[in-house]
Amino acid sequence: MTATSPDDEKSVLLDIRGLVIEARSEDTWAPIVKGVDVTLHREEVLGLIGESGAGKSTIGLAALGFARDGCRISGGDISFDGIALRELSEGRMGRLRGARIAYVAQSAAASFNPARRIDDQVCETAVQHGIMSRPEARKRARRLYATLRLPDPDSFGRRFPHQVSGGQLQRAMVAMALVCGPDLIVFDEPTTALDVTTQIEVLAAIKDAIRAERAAALYITHDLAVVGQIADRIKVLLQGEEVEEGETEQILYHPKEDYTRKLVKVRSVSKPGHTDMSDTPAIEARHVTAAYGKGLKVLDDVSVSVAKGATTAIVGESGSGKSTLARAMTGLLPPLSGGCHLNGVELPPQLKHRSKDQLRRLQMIYQMPDVAVNPRQLIDEIIGRPLTFYFGTTGRKRRDRVAELLELVELSPDLAKRPPAALSGGQKQRICIARALAAEPDVVICDEVTSALDQVVADGVLKLLLRLQEEFQTSYVFITHDLATVRAIADDVAVMYLGQVVEHGAKDDILNNPQHDYTKKLLSSVPRMEMGWLDRVLAERAKGREAIS
Amino acid sequence: MARIAVLIAQRLGLGVLILFAVSLIIMFVVELLPGDTCQELMGQGATPQTLQACRAALGLDDPMHERYLSWLGGMLTGDMGISLANQRPIDELVIRRILNTFFLAGIAAAIAVPLSLMLGILAAMYRNSIFDRIVNVSTLTSISFPEFFVAYILIFIFAVELGMFPSVSNVHADMAFQERLYRSLLPALSLTLVITAHMMRMTRATIVNLMASPYIEMARLKGIRGMRIITYHALPNAFAPIINVITLNLAYLIVGVVVVEVVFVYPGLGQLLVDAVSNRDMPLVQAGALMFAAVYVLLNLFADIVSIISNPRLLHPR
Repeated sequence: MTATSPDDEKSVLLDIRGLVIEARSEDTWAPIVKGVDVTLHREEVLGLIGESGAGKSTIGLAALGFARDGCRISGGDISFDGIALRELSEGRMGRLRGARIAYVAQSAAASFNPARRIDDQVCETAVQHGIMSRPEARKRARRLYATLRLPDPDSFGRRFPHQVSGGQLQRAMVAMALVCGPDLIVFDEPTTALDVTTQIEVLAAIKDAIRAERAAALYITHDLAVVGQIADRIKVLLQGEEVEEGETEQILYHPKEDYTRKLVKVRSVSKPGHTDMSDTPAIEARHVTAAYGKGLKVLDDVSVSVAKGATTAIVGESGSGKSTLARAMTGLLPPLSGGCHLNGVELPPQLKHRSKDQLRRLQMIYQMPDVAVNPRQLIDEIIGRPLTFYFGTTGRKRRDRVAELLELVELSPDLAKRPPAALSGGQKQRICIARALAAEPDVVICDEVTSALDQVVADGVLKLLLRLQEEFQTSYVFITHDLATVRAIADDVAVMYLGQVVEHGAKDDILNNPQHDYTKKLLSSVPRMEMGWLDRVLAERAKGREAIS
Repeated sequence: MARIAVLIAQRLGLGVLILFAVSLIIMFVVELLPGDTCQELMGQGATPQTLQACRAALGLDDPMHERYLSWLGGMLTGDMGISLANQRPIDELVIRRILNTFFLAGIAAAIAVPLSLMLGILAAMYRNSIFDRIVNVSTLTSISFPEFFVAYILIFIFAVELGMFPSVSNVHADMAFQERLYRSLLPALSLTLVITAHMMRMTRATIVNLMASPYIEMARLKGIRGMRIITYHALPNAFAPIINVITLNLAYLIVGVVVVEVVFVYPGLGQLLVDAVSNRDMPLVQAGALMFAAVYVLLNLFADIVSIISNPRLLHPR
């Protein structure tokens, strides 16, 4: 795909001028998109990039003439192929949607109706709008399933959404968008919810499909490395305003604005790996095998150790058993065999048999700070409770300690009297860190603690965790699926795959010289901030497959 | 499908146990009531001798557990026994009455269920509109009044003022269907007014809730509009909670209609049961109460089956 400029012979398909979208907060309307222009030519892919709150999804939906409940398009013009969408009736708008402008959402699991078969949903627009007969639409869907490399394309559509995997469902949603041969497709973070190894396949399928169908696309994401593989041009957004727009190459390699430079810089946090295994590990899982109920083994003979004052990252895709390992360590899920040792002392397998001191020494931080704090408690209660529970600290002393802990996590002590709802996601995660620190633990299990945060915020949280580790010699078990985070924070890495540890060793060894096939695949699947990375990896893999057969 | 067969078998087995427990409870409760059948039948004029003779004749002198066991023995062989009060076979009495009750409940359900589903769907579609408010307020009003009040208001309007319907619904077995329907319509209407609000509000709430889900937004973004969004995308996912409320209300239609039956002098099972309790007619109370319990068990089983059938995750496992 070559980049196009307005002077090119390809005509403008989507032209958005001075778009203003407002959201209702309490009784007033506040702008969340503040006068953005978007120009998209036929067969062109424009990446919209920014952090949460940048307004990128809102702009994407506006391209379909749609505003979510509680939002309204209050200014500007949206012109699609010469049609002014804002002046269109709901009925005429409905005939454009799905047929000429299609949408691909972030979570296919949520966007497919659980009560209907995949085929019925994929073909619905084509049949309902009278574009194709049902058999024709089915035939077209089957062809698209094949193009998108879905297994068994002839019978795939007869399944219900819960009967296929997340990556397959995401591709089925792309098929649903393509079925009527739309001129424009809006992709709203289509690979964000997927594991990196799945993401690369879906990304390749999307790229091929856009090319084959000669459609134009708005590709919305927060991941510059991903959009760099697929977009001709990239527009960077920040809080509802455009920061800059340019050819993909220019944005990736020569960004003009500071904000874009910050996004491009891979990670500002890094740590040289160092491990001294001679000492007794702070925490160690020895030959742990665990299962839920009488079901399949989720952990199969897993051994992982974390040195004192060091970080071991547990990486692997969803379903590999990372979080189950954390549950076994904390005693929430007693293992069937094997056990966990804290500072060389075996921990009772069950939570209720552990002493208060053992509980105190092992703390946990979760992925979703929103649900990990009680929304009805004030901050000083959230952080103060472990103080009272473990040390019996109360009254004035407790207040002082809470203020100290807040300062430790770089928050203002004034927040103590606020409810969690008044805080941002990054601040809430810092509250969770302060709560874990309140117990003065030896080991903290961090379960995907930065996955729900924007990159810049996540970097801040990682920096904080590193600083605290240096200060208190805390050991971290750092569960993550993001290898960039691993590079930033880990000393050691344990790679999990299907409930087993396939590789365990020093970070540099594993990241630079992986031995296991899965680790190799995992590492090569992480999008790089380079143009042409996706094509190169796919070509290499195809070559590898040929060599095997 | 095998799952459903297993579920039905389990539930029916459990249902038999429940009925057994119910019969025990009923026996104790009837026993706790002051007086017995003979006293109730003979009233003030009974002498100790005649009472004695009556009790001996009806077998009331036997200890409680013996009477229960002999009743249970009969029940297990399909013999419901005879009424203590009027010596007629109980199956004859009960079955005729419960068919009447089913008839009335059937009419009320045939009006109320489609009506409340429709109102609920429309109220969800036009949420916060005038229509929505009118439906909400009027159904809430009708549920807020006691049933007998609603019944008397209906009698006043349709029987006394307009003279359209009879105020007394004395149906009997050899009446033509239209005539029965005509006479049962007023009590059915009172029942409808009482149960519609519940079902309508549940339908509305469930659908409103579902309308916020991403797959409804997706359907909109696919250009699907209006009724199809609700009937094709929302309703199938709303079945499970709605069916549960509907069955609860259907159960109420069968076991809770005593008041309405009394007002309209409708010969249903409720009235028979009230009479049986005041006569301390233990076998008849047992038979009536077990009927009601069985209705509950079966309706709940029905709700669970519909919930499973409407949920593809359960019907088509991976």
